[in-house]
Amino acid sequence: MLSLTGIHTFYGHVEALRGVDLQVEPGRIVTLIGANGAGKSTLLMTICGSPAARRGRILLEGEDITRLPTFEIMRRGLAHAPEGRRIFPRMSVLENLQMGAITTDASHFNADLERVFALFPILQKRQSQRGGTLSGGEQQMLAIGRALMSRPRLLLLDEPSLGLAPLVVKQIFDVIREINEQQKVTVFLVEQNAYHALRLAHHGYVMVNGKITLSGTGRELLANAEVRSAYLEGGH
Amino acid sequence: MEYFVQQLINGLTLGSIYGLIAIGYTMVYGIIGMINFAHGDIYMIGAFLSVITFLVLGTIGFTFIPLALIIMLLISVVLTAAYGWTVERIAYRPLRGSFRLAPLISAIGMSIFLQNYVQLLQGARNKPLQPIISGGVVLMEKDGLTAYMSYLQMVIIVLTIVLMAAFSYLIAKTSLGRAQRACEQDRKMASLLGVNVDRTISLTFVIGAALAAVAGLMVTLYYGVIDFFIGFLAGIKAFTAAVLGGIGSITGAMLGGVLIGLIEAFWSAYFSVEYKDLAAFSVLVLVLIFRPTGLLGKPEIEKV
Repeated sequence: MLSLTGIHTFYGHVEALRGVDLQVEPGRIVTLIGANGAGKSTLLMTICGSPAARRGRILLEGEDITRLPTFEIMRRGLAHAPEGRRIFPRMSVLENLQMGAITTDASHFNADLERVFALFPILQKRQSQRGGTLSGGEQQMLAIGRALMSRPRLLLLDEPSLGLAPLVVKQIFDVIREINEQQKVTVFLVEQNAYHALRLAHHGYVMVNGKITLSGTGRELLANAEVRSAYLEGGH
Repeated sequence: MEYFVQQLINGLTLGSIYGLIAIGYTMVYGIIGMINFAHGDIYMIGAFLSVITFLVLGTIGFTFIPLALIIMLLISVVLTAAYGWTVERIAYRPLRGSFRLAPLISAIGMSIFLQNYVQLLQGARNKPLQPIISGGVVLMEKDGLTAYMSYLQMVIIVLTIVLMAAFSYLIAKTSLGRAQRACEQDRKMASLLGVNVDRTISLTFVIGAALAAVAGLMVTLYYGVIDFFIGFLAGIKAFTAAVLGGIGSITGAMLGGVLIGLIEAFWSAYFSVEYKDLAAFSVLVLVLIFRPTGLLGKPEIEKV
């Protein structure tokens, strides 16, 4: 589905990613965990070409997308619910969802909208409300819903649990599982909430300072002593 | 009363023209956060293109006026839009991501360039145009005072209302309009959804220039004389209108345009014609001091 080899990304002179190799198999939920500032969000944005990788190769379903402009990459079955959610604050919930579907055929818009409303009923109630007035949890649901509106085959999620109440986190993670199992969308999830993410994921990677240091199945990583001491102990 | 109504009509006509130009300023500001100082000159080019088209039509013996007007409008709109697109392409796009002042300086340069370009090609003298639409109706008459509305004024006001309605619909309801608003609010997110941001910005310039071209045609018909320098004053007044309405707000630009037109008309009628520009610019100063966000502008801070 997605394959990264030797990815280096820079912000000016700062090397944020220092040679990342990573695979996302189709149909899976793959997670990337790591501390703040490890380069997780940068990795997701690099996949989207913003910023583009300076060295290395990114293949999406076999096609080399490393040098494509962002909007071209995003028209190839990839969707991203980025860090900070980035809801359009002065657009209604419905308009935000319409923006998600902006590159797709209008004929299946209504069906897709129904699907998103079925996953997040609250969005239906809020559809004419401005995006900027939603609560954090609702904004996160809208961000995921907006990403789904483009009918992605691969969904990138950047810390969907950040700043949310435990109950809402559980709800969001349930939906991620549902999207993966029922709608057959491959998910690449970046999380700081390592416990939830590893329990959900088929496969996991650990990132430290712009490099992948560990990888394995979710269960293996949960049992790994290093992971436990660095990311799990001290509560979850 | 008759005198008052007369000024109201004159003010609305003038305001329509300012409003159409002001939309171009406010749209570009909304989407890339710069004041396109060359926009007034784009409007001047629109005026020139309509005069040239009319003269060419006359030379080839085409004299059916209604059709001639439509041809003038179409040619002027299409070619002016092409100018708008080109200006963005060569003077602003290469500077995107540069410091904030760079495109502004580039815009002033572009404005000077366009004025000199037209002056060189068309000469510095005034270009007169015979009245094409004549006649009108007397709305009121008492004690020798009349309120008169020419057919041309009707055409200008009605056409402006139609264009503004169509344009509002475009922004509010079409996917192009949504993409433009998305780029205005978060350009990076828009690109993450597959929006071609560069193309959307180009289209914004194209639409703004097209509306300015219509204003250029109207002014040509209304005053019957143009020169290469008309873009400067009209541009600054339309900019004032956009600021008065709240820069970035499209409804604000329309409202601001009409208000500036009315202020000018009434000031000229009741105080002094010589100082009508003073009236418009005093408004700019007052707005900037007391309400920098304009009448309908939103403060910069947003709850996220």
